[in-house]
Amino acid sequence: MDPSKSRDSAESTRVIQFPNDVLERILSLIDSHRDRNAVSLVSKAWYNAERWTRRHVFIGNCYAVSPQIVARRFPNIRSVMLKGKPRFSDFNLVPPNWGADVHGWLAVFADQYPQLEELRLKRMTVTDESLKFLARKFHNFRVLSLLSCDGFSTDGLEAIATDCRHLTELDIQENGIDDISGNWLSCFPENFTSLEVLNFASLSSDVNFDALERLVSQCKSLKILKVNKSITLEQLQRLLVRAPQLTELGTGSFLQELTAHQYEELERAFIGCKYLDALSGLWEATTLYLPVLYPACTNLTFLNLSYAALQSEELAKLVAHCPRLQRLWVLDTVEDVGLEAVASSCPLLEELRVFPADPYDQDINRGVTESGFLAVSLGCRKLHYVLYFCRQMTNAAVARIVQNCPGFTHFRLCIMKPGQPDYLTNEPMDEGFGAVVKTCTNLRRLGVSGLLTDLTFEYIGRYAKNLETLSVAFAGGSDLGMKSILVGCPKLRKLEIRDCPFGNEALLSGLEKYESMRSLWMSACKVTLHGCKTLATQRPRLNVEVMKDEEIDDGQSYKVYVYRTVAGPRTDAPSFVQTLCS
Amino acid sequence: MSPPLLSVGEEECESNVTLLASPSSLGSVCQNAELKERNYMGMGDHPSADGSVIPNAFDGCKITLNLRATELRLGLPGSRSPERDADFCTISSAKLDEKPFFPLHPSNDGHYSSQKIVVSGNKRGFADAMCGDSEAKFMANPEANVVLSPRPSPNLGLKNGSGLESFGSRPAKVKEIPTAQVAPEKPYSTKETQPNNGYRSNNASSPAPKAQVVGWPPIRSFRKNSLATTSKNAEEVDGKLGSGALFIKVSMDGAPYLRKVDLKHYSAYQELSSALEKMFSCFTIGALGREMLSESKLKDLLDGAEYVLTYEDKDGDWMLVGDVPWEMFLETCKRLRIMKSCDAIGLAPRAVEKSKNKN
Repeated sequence: MDPSKSRDSAESTRVIQFPNDVLERILSLIDSHRDRNAVSLVSKAWYNAERWTRRHVFIGNCYAVSPQIVARRFPNIRSVMLKGKPRFSDFNLVPPNWGADVHGWLAVFADQYPQLEELRLKRMTVTDESLKFLARKFHNFRVLSLLSCDGFSTDGLEAIATDCRHLTELDIQENGIDDISGNWLSCFPENFTSLEVLNFASLSSDVNFDALERLVSQCKSLKILKVNKSITLEQLQRLLVRAPQLTELGTGSFLQELTAHQYEELERAFIGCKYLDALSGLWEATTLYLPVLYPACTNLTFLNLSYAALQSEELAKLVAHCPRLQRLWVLDTVEDVGLEAVASSCPLLEELRVFPADPYDQDINRGVTESGFLAVSLGCRKLHYVLYFCRQMTNAAVARIVQNCPGFTHFRLCIMKPGQPDYLTNEPMDEGFGAVVKTCTNLRRLGVSGLLTDLTFEYIGRYAKNLETLSVAFAGGSDLGMKSILVGCPKLRKLEIRDCPFGNEALLSGLEKYESMRSLWMSACKVTLHGCKTLATQRPRLNVEVMKDEEIDDGQSYKVYVYRTVAGPRTDAPSFVQTLCS
Repeated sequence: MSPPLLSVGEEECESNVTLLASPSSLGSVCQNAELKERNYMGMGDHPSADGSVIPNAFDGCKITLNLRATELRLGLPGSRSPERDADFCTISSAKLDEKPFFPLHPSNDGHYSSQKIVVSGNKRGFADAMCGDSEAKFMANPEANVVLSPRPSPNLGLKNGSGLESFGSRPAKVKEIPTAQVAPEKPYSTKETQPNNGYRSNNASSPAPKAQVVGWPPIRSFRKNSLATTSKNAEEVDGKLGSGALFIKVSMDGAPYLRKVDLKHYSAYQELSSALEKMFSCFTIGALGREMLSESKLKDLLDGAEYVLTYEDKDGDWMLVGDVPWEMFLETCKRLRIMKSCDAIGLAPRAVEKSKNKN
């Protein structure tokens, strides 16, 4: 072909026409769903190529789309991730039986995706029937991950263990489930060998240890093992010697009377764990037994101590052995001194989460303060993700922290007493959070707390140009606050607000915004039914759902959940959820 | 009083200082009262100026109370000093209606602290260094929101439950409130620890009912429930309280049966005596009912039938409660007895005289 001619034709057609199978071949290498979403917008041809090659679909709001629509567009899905309830359901703000039941999805999938291999659910309702259905209908099923779900019991897990012959991953995390017995573990078949990930740390019932031991011995590809509290140190040792290839370990109870010999054996077992990069569990860990971990910590990148109430010295000694630590979760029992030790021992730290050991006792003064946070920011310059529960904070400290670590992407600060000001100056925390948004240009997620006026939100609207998720509670002065955010933050996707003085005017100021967002949650604010109806009328492609707020007696307060959808109003809404129609 | 200011928490000083709702004092709580357009938080007022009042008001109280924490005053109403009232008012939440039928500790017109007082005990770490601010902080305590005026009226009750509204919803209601001299206005709906119905926030670990906001602080249920066990274990490991509970028998003269209390549950004499009062209130002066709210009536009552709290120590001697530091008391106390003061003459003649003099 004449090169000049082809060049001309190439230039005249803006999009190069690959043969379909070449295009599909290339696109099948793309995994990120955001990239794929972008690809699908290029042209009809690319849209089609993309939809035929997509194997994994991520649905951030199970009500934004229906399973039929998904199946129609993507014929070859093997892996699904679904998220259901609004995040505030984790904190009991959403009544039970609200919805997000996975069964409707499974029914369609059984028909359209019989080859489905992976299902990851977050904040969905999953019944035992659904689990049994899953186990029965999908013969190639491999991965089940349930995070913060509810509605099932260990009976459902029995069905999974019994019938999913190719299961590689069973990950049960922090769910509100009925833990009837540990018998499910014994339901794995005798010759079962495929497991790579097993996480049952959040279940409490005793499991049959022999069954577990056998499982671990037989599954040579087991990489991630997180057992529950019922597993003792002695039992842990026996598991470890059978699975030295583990990369992530969640221990059981770390408190047991061991003989000197048993102690040595345990030490040796940990020395044998050469590939460990994540460690968790450690319930009831004490000074006595923590040292056995030291040899296994050299390559540790993630240490989750949020269930071990360590004191500052214990933590200091432990992190001294974790020079490569990137992520650390602790309880505030370690106090500022503990965090100072982290600052000096873990220069590569990128993520820190400090949970409160005593969140409901407002009279005490234990825990961490602004100094601990400051110390970490000084020692760990790569810090970009923080979740910090504290009882006191100052604007000055926050400003210095972000000065030290301007790379924050996730800044979630929870000053535990609602509406608490800077404890030194008694001023609102406006300037502190102002500094965060001004300095951290990559900020994607922000959780604010303390005494905040509208000024905080003006700052956020003006500076937080990459903000995607914002959580607000007990803050703000007027509608202007919420308006500033809705008008100012171009990339906002999730906005959740509770107990703030934002009313209808604020709600309606987001008319242009909500369709570009995943969802909006407002509870115990000043919005009225009328305002919500107005929104629903003006934006028919949004679902505007209201629930009477039971906590507030005046009968006029509503919890409002607004989200974009192509599936129309929910068909499974319970009686207490009213979808306002235009 | 001017506009429906919710002088939440400020009246108790009995100085009738009507402070503007300021950020330092229960900041978010009182906002509705202002009815200003923008300034929901009443920020236009002088935060620091107002803020400074609160700590001052309580500095003295705090210090006084510290000393008195171990001193169990068994006297008559007149025997207590005025500052002390302030603290009680600050902290009292649920027990407005209950009267101390025996003066295990001086209380203010039926107020008494049923909760841990910030200043009590050994749990104050760094906060000691910033006492003023800790008071301010304390004032922001949502539980103290249910603070009521020092002269409560019977119909106040303690509307921790249904009467309360959320932050910012009904300004209209605010106007009604001041007439009752109460400001149950809260920045958020709060609940006493309710029998668990799953949906409501529940405080699995707390032994005493505490006013609590649903879903705050934002911690997932699984973690909440794990913490309950974790913190208990931590305390045991600390060796601070030793192991488990310390149940001892409590008898009261004239009561048909004994009770048992877990001493480890309390961190100061204050708490113990309030708990005992609650426990035994049904046995005392039942005839007078709970309507006695006037100071004089109370005095009459207490003059007539005084009780003192005594304990039997390791040596078998009967001692007056309150002399030794709390920790020592925990170690030596074998049983408690609430005696009529006429029987107790031999135990602490000076204490009784002291109180009589102050009358």
